[in-house]
Amino acid sequence: MSGMSKIVKTISSITFPFVFIYGLYVIAHGHLTPGGGFQGGAIVASGCAMILVAYGSVWTMGKIKEKNLSILESLGGFCFILLAFLGLGFGTGFFNNLFVGNEFLFGETPKFNSVAANFNTAGVIPLMNFAVGLKVIAGLFAIVLVMAYASSIREDEK
Amino acid sequence: MSMRNAVAAIFFAIVCVFFVFSALMIHSFGVPDATDMDDRIIGGFDMENNTYYGAQNETGANNVVTSVVFDYRGFDTLGEATILFTAVAGVVLVFRRLKK
Repeated sequence: MSGMSKIVKTISSITFPFVFIYGLYVIAHGHLTPGGGFQGGAIVASGCAMILVAYGSVWTMGKIKEKNLSILESLGGFCFILLAFLGLGFGTGFFNNLFVGNEFLFGETPKFNSVAANFNTAGVIPLMNFAVGLKVIAGLFAIVLVMAYASSIREDEK
Repeated sequence: MSMRNAVAAIFFAIVCVFFVFSALMIHSFGVPDATDMDDRIIGGFDMENNTYYGAQNETGANNVVTSVVFDYRGFDTLGEATILFTAVAGVVLVFRRLKK
């Protein structure tokens, strides 16, 4: 199976970077705007699923293996749990917000009742958003890719 | 009684002790009031200590929902991530390529 027609391939490859950037924006601004790791990861994974539908699962499997996606997903989960244990080791407890209040990474505190978006706030929350976003992108795309590839193999055998 | 059973009994006793302590320390029903919770979340200025309090000041996040999901209720997010990991592992296991 070599995917759909040339029109669909062209349009989806034009649209894909915008979907990707929008999903990354939702992940990165999780502590300022509605959204976060799960929602932005679902957006990016649906963009990847659009590429998968347009170009076919065999072509996509040639570009990226599901083994690498599993490694990325495990890396995201490991970073998430590592940040939680950093709070246990250097802070006051499990999931303690370690970096808030200091002048280190994401360490500033917004003024009371301010709605102005300062990206460099919220301590460990943006890092956890990145970890969960990586996990959701790789996990959902691995599910869709593996299922599509298995069904395409069955069609070939018939 | 084997070694494994003894270890299991010891851990079970420890967990039971923690459960009893948490049952004794639990809030009674309806405490704190909903208005108190609003005050904790929205925050304000503490005259005695001359500091601000509230969720925005504690976590530094303007989006309080995210501060709940990733800070106050981080265990919930950890469970969701575990569910996603289990789903991916199950799907990859079921749809793996069999050797011919």
